[in-house]
Amino acid sequence: MSAVVSLSNVHKSFGAVQVLRGVSFEVGPGEVVAVIGASGSGKSTALRCINALETVDSGEITVCGHKVHDPALDRRALRRDVGIVFQSYNLFPHLTVAQNIMLAPTCVKDMGKAEARKLAESVLARVGLSEKADNYPEQLSGGQQQRVAIARSLAMQPKLMLFDEVTSALDPQLTGEVLRVMEDLARGGMSMILVTHEMAFARKVASKVIFMHQGKVWETGPGAMLDDPQTQELREFLHNGL
Amino acid sequence: MSYQFDFSALLPYWPVFLQGVWLTLKLSALATVFGFVVGTLCAIARADGPPWLKTVVAIYVETIRNTPLLVQIFLVYFGFASLGLKVTANTAAVAALVVNVGAYTCEIVRAGLESIHKSQLEAAECLGLTRTQTYWHVIVRPAIERVYPALTSQYVLLMLASSITSQISAEELTAVANRIQSDTFRSFETYIVTGALYIVLSFVVRAAFTLFGLVIFPRRRKLGTAI
Ligand SMILES: Nc1ncnc2c1ncn2[C@@H]1O[C@H](COP(=O)(O)OP(=O)(O)OP(=O)(O)O)[C@@H](O)[C@H]1O
Ligand SMILES: [Mg+2]
Repeated sequence: MSAVVSLSNVHKSFGAVQVLRGVSFEVGPGEVVAVIGASGSGKSTALRCINALETVDSGEITVCGHKVHDPALDRRALRRDVGIVFQSYNLFPHLTVAQNIMLAPTCVKDMGKAEARKLAESVLARVGLSEKADNYPEQLSGGQQQRVAIARSLAMQPKLMLFDEVTSALDPQLTGEVLRVMEDLARGGMSMILVTHEMAFARKVASKVIFMHQGKVWETGPGAMLDDPQTQELREFLHNGL
Repeated sequence: MSYQFDFSALLPYWPVFLQGVWLTLKLSALATVFGFVVGTLCAIARADGPPWLKTVVAIYVETIRNTPLLVQIFLVYFGFASLGLKVTANTAAVAALVVNVGAYTCEIVRAGLESIHKSQLEAAECLGLTRTQTYWHVIVRPAIERVYPALTSQYVLLMLASSITSQISAEELTAVANRIQSDTFRSFETYIVTGALYIVLSFVVRAAFTLFGLVIFPRRRKLGTAI
């Protein structure tokens, strides 16, 4: 089966700052890829390019058959296949949890209210928040809000999920509950790319780890690579306990 | 201090006063509804429209905010006339108030739109919403919920300011009061009553906005806090 995501020699600059300097990697179906690297190494930018939130300067990105580098890309079609969750949850504060989840299915897939509500309840059950459907985001803890954000993406039945440091704003205690949800997803066969600082989680869940350094894929390998780094840079990065 | 109050002369005019109250309510309700629509569209245009439109809206807003309402009313009233359009004083009054309050609404709503964080748009975009859907569900609705108290104050002010349209003989409470005082020669008493009626009107309008807000903003109803 062909790759769900493939990046080939992707370059991206912001003004004079070269952020991605020839990034290439692939994500196969059901694969969980953990992207690690120091702050500023271009992890978020890579994810944002995959989801066409940023346009690449050169190189090719193909996601679920969509040519993301193509100026004629149908962004909305791409986003039906890709879900993304951010560090800052970005829930809609004026809508209840259920309404947050129902918004996209009703707007994008023309789903009826009743059906969307059922869908919302089922994705909420998956993230363990069935009882919060009619609460507002501000009534939830950070971990719960992040799980709602994941559920909101899942409701669109994406083929690929992107996670950008989704636990970085959370206490260790709340981190666990979010990671468990992601682990369940991984076990369920979801293709995922996750930018993370949770090395233990990457080691345990990822089928592939990508270490980014200065805008390049510096080292890549299975989770065990973290126990046996090949490059000086990765050794230093792991040693500094990031 | 030998003024002899005599409110009894006004008693027969109660129905006329009430008629005036009703007319003021009608006038300001119309101006509020249309002014809200105009102002919101202008705010969207100014936030996200093509450059030429942004300029047009900016000129409109600044012009209105830097000229007296009475002058605006005369301009609209005589403007219609000089264009050969036959409109009643009331229509001209509503039009002038819409033009006026539309500009203030634009500024208030714009502040609301600007308060919506860019990450909200990104989230909506990533969920596949169209620009229009994003605008409506993720920007305009929460923005208006956020500035609703400011809008309420603006529309109460509008209701009070509508008294100035009596200058072009629009039918409303102050115009009615002017007539009553010239009939009864009890000017002081007439305007005391009129002032009291405006106070009541202000309370009623404010209460109506509060209730309406609770209906259209379920979050406020449930949590009782500002967004
Ligand atoms: N929109 C932008 N405009 C200008 N520079 C940007 C923009 N986005 C990112 N950058 C720059 O690109 C570089 C890489 O940013 P990126 O967010 O991809 O890093 P990261 O690896 O995700 O870091 P972190 O771990 O801190 O999230 C940084 O130097 C950043 O300042
Ligand atoms: Mg980042």
